[in-house]
Amino acid sequence: MTSQQVLLFGIVGKNEPLYEAEFNKLPGSTTVDSITRQNYFVLHSALDLVEKAAWATNNMYLKVVDKVNQQQVSTFLTAGNIKFMLLHSGRSEDSIRNFFIDVYEVYVKLAMNPFYQYDKPITSKAFDTKVRAAARRYLS
Amino acid sequence: MSLRSRGSAEGAVSVSAFAYLYSELVQYHQGRVASISELERRLENSGYGVGFRVLELLTLRSKEYKREIRLMSILQFVSAAVWKSLFGKSADSLERSIDNADEYMIVDYEPITSTFVSVPSDLGQLSCDSFVSGIIAGVLEGSGFPARVTAHTVPMEEGEYMSKISAGNTALLQRKDKAVFLVKFSKEVLERDAALDR
Repeated sequence: MTSQQVLLFGIVGKNEPLYEAEFNKLPGSTTVDSITRQNYFVLHSALDLVEKAAWATNNMYLKVVDKVNQQQVSTFLTAGNIKFMLLHSGRSEDSIRNFFIDVYEVYVKLAMNPFYQYDKPITSKAFDTKVRAAARRYLS
Repeated sequence: MSLRSRGSAEGAVSVSAFAYLYSELVQYHQGRVASISELERRLENSGYGVGFRVLELLTLRSKEYKREIRLMSILQFVSAAVWKSLFGKSADSLERSIDNADEYMIVDYEPITSTFVSVPSDLGQLSCDSFVSGIIAGVLEGSGFPARVTAHTVPMEEGEYMSKISAGNTALLQRKDKAVFLVKFSKEVLERDAALDR
Protein backbone atom coordinates (compact mmCIF):
# COMPACT_ATOMS: atom_id res chain seq x y z
CA MET A 1 0.00 0.00 0.00
CA THR A 2 2.75 2.43 0.83
CA SER A 3 4.71 2.97 -2.36
CA GLN A 4 8.47 2.99 -2.13
CA GLN A 5 9.14 6.62 -1.49
CA VAL A 6 12.70 6.79 -2.68
CA LEU A 7 13.09 8.49 -6.03
CA LEU A 8 16.33 8.19 -7.90
CA PHE A 9 17.16 10.96 -10.34
CA GLY A 10 20.09 10.58 -12.70
CA ILE A 11 21.56 12.60 -15.53
CA VAL A 12 23.34 10.49 -18.12
CA GLY A 13 25.48 11.90 -20.92
CA LYS A 14 26.80 10.20 -24.01
CA ASN A 15 29.44 8.16 -22.18
CA GLU A 16 28.89 8.26 -18.47
CA PRO A 17 26.54 9.36 -15.69
CA LEU A 18 26.88 13.07 -15.00
CA TYR A 19 24.84 13.49 -11.86
CA GLU A 20 22.84 11.43 -9.36
CA ALA A 21 20.51 12.32 -6.53
CA GLU A 22 18.14 10.44 -4.31
CA PHE A 23 14.98 12.11 -3.16
CA ASN A 24 13.86 10.49 0.04
CA LYS A 25 10.54 11.20 1.57
CA LEU A 26 11.83 10.51 5.09
CA PRO A 27 14.68 12.84 6.02
CA GLY A 28 16.18 10.77 8.80
CA SER A 29 16.35 7.37 7.15
CA THR A 30 19.00 6.03 4.87
CA THR A 31 18.11 3.48 2.23
CA VAL A 32 19.52 0.01 2.53
CA ASP A 33 22.61 -0.38 0.40
CA SER A 34 21.25 -3.25 -1.67
CA ILE A 35 18.12 -1.29 -2.55
CA THR A 36 20.22 1.66 -3.66
CA ARG A 37 22.34 -0.52 -5.89
CA GLN A 38 19.27 -2.18 -7.32
CA ASN A 39 17.79 1.23 -8.08
CA TYR A 40 20.93 2.31 -9.92
CA PHE A 41 20.84 -0.92 -11.89
CA VAL A 42 17.23 -0.53 -12.94
CA LEU A 43 17.73 3.09 -13.89
CA HIS A 44 20.76 2.50 -16.05
CA SER A 45 19.45 -0.66 -17.64
CA ALA A 46 16.67 1.42 -19.14
CA LEU A 47 19.22 3.33 -21.22
CA ASP A 48 18.87 1.18 -24.32
CA LEU A 49 15.11 1.71 -24.30
CA VAL A 50 15.70 5.43 -24.03
CA GLU A 51 17.91 5.30 -27.10
CA LYS A 52 15.22 3.50 -29.01
CA ALA A 53 12.49 5.89 -27.98
CA ALA A 54 14.68 8.93 -28.59
CA TRP A 55 14.58 8.62 -32.37
CA ALA A 56 10.90 7.78 -32.54
CA THR A 57 9.57 11.13 -31.41
CA ASN A 58 10.70 14.72 -31.35
CA ASN A 59 9.23 15.37 -27.94
CA MET A 60 11.74 15.99 -25.20
CA TYR A 61 9.62 14.35 -22.53
CA LEU A 62 9.54 10.61 -23.18
CA LYS A 63 7.23 9.68 -20.30
CA VAL A 64 7.68 6.14 -19.00
CA VAL A 65 10.20 4.09 -20.98
CA ASP A 66 10.54 1.07 -18.73
CA LYS A 67 8.52 -0.74 -16.07
CA VAL A 68 10.17 -3.15 -13.65
CA ASN A 69 8.08 -4.71 -10.89
CA GLN A 70 6.54 -1.70 -9.23
CA GLN A 71 9.06 0.82 -10.46
CA GLN A 72 8.92 2.99 -13.53
CA VAL A 73 11.60 4.96 -15.32
CA SER A 74 10.62 8.25 -16.92
CA THR A 75 12.98 10.16 -19.15
CA PHE A 76 13.49 13.63 -20.54
CA LEU A 77 15.97 14.34 -23.33
CA THR A 78 17.59 17.72 -23.68
CA ALA A 79 18.34 19.35 -27.05
CA GLY A 80 21.92 18.17 -26.62
CA ASN A 81 20.77 14.56 -26.09
CA ILE A 82 21.58 14.51 -22.40
CA LYS A 83 19.22 12.13 -20.62
CA PHE A 84 17.42 13.10 -17.42
CA MET A 85 16.02 9.92 -15.87
CA LEU A 86 13.79 9.43 -12.89
CA LEU A 87 13.09 6.14 -11.14
CA HIS A 88 9.77 6.27 -9.34
CA SER A 89 6.83 4.15 -8.40
CA GLY A 90 3.94 5.92 -9.97
CA ARG A 91 3.76 9.70 -10.02
CA SER A 92 1.52 11.82 -12.15
CA GLU A 93 3.05 12.48 -15.54
CA ASP A 94 2.41 16.17 -15.22
CA SER A 95 4.33 16.63 -11.99
CA ILE A 96 7.27 14.69 -13.40
CA ARG A 97 7.17 16.75 -16.58
CA ASN A 98 7.22 19.99 -14.59
CA PHE A 99 10.09 18.69 -12.50
CA PHE A 100 12.09 17.84 -15.63
CA ILE A 101 11.41 21.24 -17.16
CA ASP A 102 12.64 22.94 -14.02
CA VAL A 103 15.78 20.84 -13.96
CA TYR A 104 16.29 21.60 -17.65
CA GLU A 105 16.29 25.30 -16.90
CA VAL A 106 18.84 24.82 -14.11
CA TYR A 107 20.92 22.64 -16.44
CA VAL A 108 20.98 25.26 -19.19
CA LYS A 109 22.08 27.88 -16.68
CA LEU A 110 24.91 25.56 -15.69
CA ALA A 111 25.79 24.95 -19.34
CA MET A 112 26.14 28.69 -19.97
CA ASN A 113 29.12 28.66 -17.61
CA PRO A 114 32.20 28.75 -19.88
CA PHE A 115 34.03 26.54 -17.42
CA TYR A 116 31.51 23.73 -17.72
CA GLN A 117 32.29 21.35 -20.54
CA TYR A 118 29.56 19.53 -22.36
CA ASP A 119 29.07 15.92 -21.30
CA LYS A 120 31.20 16.12 -18.17
CA PRO A 121 30.14 15.22 -14.61
CA ILE A 122 28.28 17.96 -12.78
CA THR A 123 29.91 18.91 -9.49
CA SER A 124 28.31 22.27 -8.76
CA LYS A 125 26.71 22.46 -5.32
CA ALA A 126 24.33 25.19 -6.47
CA PHE A 127 23.02 22.85 -9.15
CA ASP A 128 22.45 20.16 -6.55
CA THR A 129 20.57 22.55 -4.25
CA LYS A 130 18.32 23.79 -7.04
CA VAL A 131 17.53 20.28 -8.26
CA ARG A 132 16.57 19.19 -4.75
CA ALA A 133 14.41 22.27 -4.36
CA ALA A 134 12.62 21.44 -7.61
CA ALA A 135 12.12 17.88 -6.41
CA ARG A 136 10.59 19.11 -3.18
CA ARG A 137 8.29 21.38 -5.10
CA TYR A 138 6.98 18.87 -7.63
CA LEU A 139 7.65 15.40 -6.35
CA SER A 140 6.60 15.31 -2.73
CA MET B 1 19.58 35.38 -13.53
CA SER B 2 16.90 35.01 -16.07
CA LEU B 3 17.33 33.18 -19.33
CA ARG B 4 14.40 34.91 -20.95
CA SER B 5 15.35 36.82 -24.04
CA ARG B 6 15.28 40.48 -23.14
CA GLY B 7 14.45 41.72 -26.59
CA SER B 8 16.87 42.54 -29.34
CA ALA B 9 17.36 46.20 -28.31
CA GLU B 10 19.03 45.39 -25.03
CA GLY B 11 20.74 42.25 -26.22
CA ALA B 12 22.28 43.79 -29.31
CA VAL B 13 26.04 44.12 -29.49
CA SER B 14 27.73 46.50 -31.89
CA VAL B 15 29.55 44.96 -34.84
CA SER B 16 32.73 46.89 -34.00
CA ALA B 17 32.77 45.49 -30.47
CA PHE B 18 32.50 42.00 -31.88
CA ALA B 19 35.11 42.71 -34.55
CA TYR B 20 37.63 43.93 -31.96
CA LEU B 21 37.00 41.00 -29.66
CA TYR B 22 37.19 38.51 -32.49
CA SER B 23 40.38 39.97 -33.87
CA GLU B 24 41.94 39.59 -30.42
CA LEU B 25 40.83 35.95 -30.35
CA VAL B 26 42.43 35.29 -33.73
CA GLN B 27 45.64 37.07 -32.74
CA TYR B 28 45.79 35.13 -29.48
CA HIS B 29 45.67 31.83 -31.30
CA GLN B 30 47.94 32.93 -34.11
CA GLY B 31 50.72 33.66 -31.65
CA ARG B 32 50.57 30.10 -30.39
CA VAL B 33 50.38 27.98 -33.50
CA ALA B 34 52.81 27.01 -36.21
CA SER B 35 50.51 26.33 -39.15
CA ILE B 36 47.31 27.44 -40.82
CA SER B 37 45.39 24.23 -40.18
CA GLU B 38 46.33 24.39 -36.50
CA LEU B 39 44.93 27.92 -36.31
CA GLU B 40 41.72 26.88 -38.04
CA ARG B 41 41.38 23.94 -35.70
CA ARG B 42 41.75 26.17 -32.63
CA LEU B 43 39.12 28.56 -33.96
CA GLU B 44 36.81 25.61 -34.54
CA ASN B 45 37.32 24.43 -30.98
CA SER B 46 36.47 27.88 -29.70
CA GLY B 47 33.26 27.84 -31.71
CA TYR B 48 32.27 24.36 -30.61
CA GLY B 49 31.34 25.39 -27.08
CA VAL B 50 29.30 28.30 -28.43
CA GLY B 51 27.40 25.93 -30.69
CA PHE B 52 26.44 23.59 -27.91
CA ARG B 53 25.31 26.46 -25.65
CA VAL B 54 23.32 28.14 -28.40
CA LEU B 55 21.54 24.85 -29.10
CA GLU B 56 20.37 24.39 -25.52
CA LEU B 57 19.54 28.03 -24.95
CA LEU B 58 17.46 28.51 -28.09
CA THR B 59 15.53 25.30 -27.43
CA LEU B 60 14.80 26.29 -23.84
CA ARG B 61 13.67 29.78 -24.86
CA SER B 62 11.33 28.49 -27.55
CA LYS B 63 9.39 26.70 -24.79
CA GLU B 64 8.24 24.04 -27.19
CA TYR B 65 10.28 21.24 -25.64
CA LYS B 66 10.86 19.49 -28.88
CA ARG B 67 14.13 18.24 -30.35
CA GLU B 68 15.02 17.77 -33.97
CA ILE B 69 15.44 14.18 -35.06
CA ARG B 70 15.45 14.56 -38.84
CA LEU B 71 18.42 15.72 -40.88
CA MET B 72 16.57 18.38 -42.85
CA SER B 73 14.96 19.85 -39.75
CA ILE B 74 18.24 20.17 -37.88
CA LEU B 75 19.85 21.84 -40.91
CA GLN B 76 16.94 24.23 -41.13
CA PHE B 77 17.24 24.91 -37.43
CA VAL B 78 20.91 25.82 -37.92
CA SER B 79 20.44 27.97 -41.00
CA ALA B 80 17.39 29.83 -39.66
CA ALA B 81 17.12 29.90 -35.85
CA VAL B 82 20.82 29.72 -34.95
CA TRP B 83 21.87 32.18 -37.63
CA LYS B 84 19.13 34.61 -36.66
CA SER B 85 20.02 34.60 -33.00
CA LEU B 86 23.75 34.93 -33.64
CA PHE B 87 23.90 37.16 -36.71
CA GLY B 88 20.49 38.79 -36.87
CA LYS B 89 19.48 37.23 -40.20
CA SER B 90 18.92 33.74 -41.60
CA ALA B 91 21.66 32.10 -43.60
CA ASP B 92 21.44 33.10 -47.21
CA SER B 93 21.13 29.64 -48.60
CA LEU B 94 20.98 25.96 -47.67
CA GLU B 95 21.93 23.60 -50.48
CA ARG B 96 22.47 19.94 -50.94
CA SER B 97 25.52 18.80 -52.84
CA ILE B 98 24.82 17.04 -56.12
CA ASP B 99 27.90 14.85 -56.04
CA ASN B 100 27.70 13.48 -52.52
CA ALA B 101 24.56 12.53 -50.65
CA ASP B 102 26.12 13.31 -47.29
CA GLU B 103 27.23 16.87 -48.02
CA TYR B 104 25.23 20.04 -47.51
CA MET B 105 26.23 23.66 -47.89
CA ILE B 106 25.20 26.69 -45.88
CA VAL B 107 25.99 29.96 -47.60
CA ASP B 108 26.48 33.33 -45.99
CA TYR B 109 27.21 36.36 -48.15
CA GLU B 110 28.45 38.51 -45.32
CA PRO B 111 29.93 36.49 -42.47
CA ILE B 112 30.89 38.91 -39.73
CA THR B 113 33.85 36.81 -38.72
CA SER B 114 35.71 37.53 -41.94
CA THR B 115 34.20 40.80 -43.16
CA PHE B 116 36.84 42.80 -41.33
CA VAL B 117 39.69 40.38 -41.90
CA SER B 118 42.17 40.64 -44.73
CA VAL B 119 44.29 37.53 -44.93
CA PRO B 120 47.97 38.17 -45.75
CA SER B 121 49.31 36.27 -48.74
CA ASP B 122 51.59 34.06 -46.67
CA LEU B 123 48.57 32.64 -44.86
CA GLY B 124 47.02 31.67 -48.17
CA GLN B 125 44.06 29.46 -47.55
CA LEU B 126 43.13 30.56 -44.05
CA SER B 127 39.47 31.15 -43.41
CA CYS B 128 38.59 32.94 -40.19
CA ASP B 129 35.07 31.62 -40.58
CA SER B 130 36.33 28.37 -39.03
CA PHE B 131 34.95 29.83 -35.82
CA VAL B 132 31.48 29.66 -37.32
CA SER B 133 32.05 26.17 -38.67
CA GLY B 134 32.94 25.22 -35.10
CA ILE B 135 29.62 26.65 -33.96
CA ILE B 136 27.73 24.65 -36.60
CA ALA B 137 29.64 21.49 -35.69
CA GLY B 138 28.81 22.04 -32.01
CA VAL B 139 25.11 22.36 -32.71
CA LEU B 140 25.06 19.31 -34.98
CA GLU B 141 27.09 17.05 -32.76
CA GLY B 142 25.15 18.08 -29.66
CA SER B 143 21.85 17.15 -31.24
CA GLY B 144 23.17 13.78 -32.37
CA PHE B 145 24.20 14.44 -35.98
CA PRO B 146 27.99 14.28 -35.91
CA ALA B 147 29.44 16.04 -38.91
CA ARG B 148 32.61 17.52 -40.25
CA VAL B 149 32.11 21.21 -41.02
CA THR B 150 34.59 23.27 -43.01
CA ALA B 151 34.53 26.90 -44.08
CA HIS B 152 35.40 27.90 -47.61
CA THR B 153 35.62 31.28 -49.24
CA VAL B 154 34.18 31.12 -52.69
CA PRO B 155 34.15 33.95 -55.22
CA MET B 156 30.66 35.13 -55.97
CA GLU B 157 29.05 35.11 -59.33
CA GLU B 158 28.25 38.42 -60.96
CA GLY B 159 24.57 38.76 -60.28
CA GLU B 160 24.40 36.94 -56.94
CA TYR B 161 25.26 39.58 -54.42
CA MET B 162 23.97 42.55 -56.40
CA SER B 163 20.44 41.23 -56.30
CA LYS B 164 20.61 41.15 -52.49
CA ILE B 165 21.80 44.75 -52.32
CA SER B 166 19.16 46.02 -54.69
CA ALA B 167 16.54 44.31 -52.53
CA GLY B 168 17.25 46.95 -49.94
CA ASN B 169 19.74 45.22 -47.66
CA THR B 170 22.49 47.49 -46.46
CA ALA B 171 25.86 45.94 -47.16
CA LEU B 172 28.75 46.34 -44.77
CA LEU B 173 31.40 46.27 -47.44
CA GLN B 174 31.58 45.53 -51.08
CA ARG B 175 32.41 41.83 -51.07
CA LYS B 176 33.73 39.64 -53.80
CA ASP B 177 33.53 36.37 -51.88
CA LYS B 178 30.89 34.51 -50.01
CA ALA B 179 31.45 32.03 -47.22
CA VAL B 180 30.30 28.49 -47.83
CA PHE B 181 30.13 26.05 -44.92
CA LEU B 182 30.42 22.51 -46.11
CA VAL B 183 28.70 20.07 -43.77
CA LYS B 184 29.64 16.43 -44.22
CA PHE B 185 27.61 14.06 -42.06
CA SER B 186 28.92 10.76 -40.71
CA LYS B 187 27.63 7.59 -42.27
CA GLU B 188 25.53 6.48 -39.29
CA VAL B 189 23.61 9.76 -39.38
CA LEU B 190 22.51 9.13 -42.95
CA GLU B 191 21.65 5.52 -42.22
CA ARG B 192 19.58 6.47 -39.25
CA ASP B 193 17.79 9.18 -41.17
CA ALA B 194 17.06 6.81 -44.03
CA ALA B 195 15.68 4.26 -41.55
CA LEU B 196 13.34 6.89 -40.16
CA ASP B 197 11.97 7.51 -43.61
CA ARG B 198 10.55 4.05 -43.84
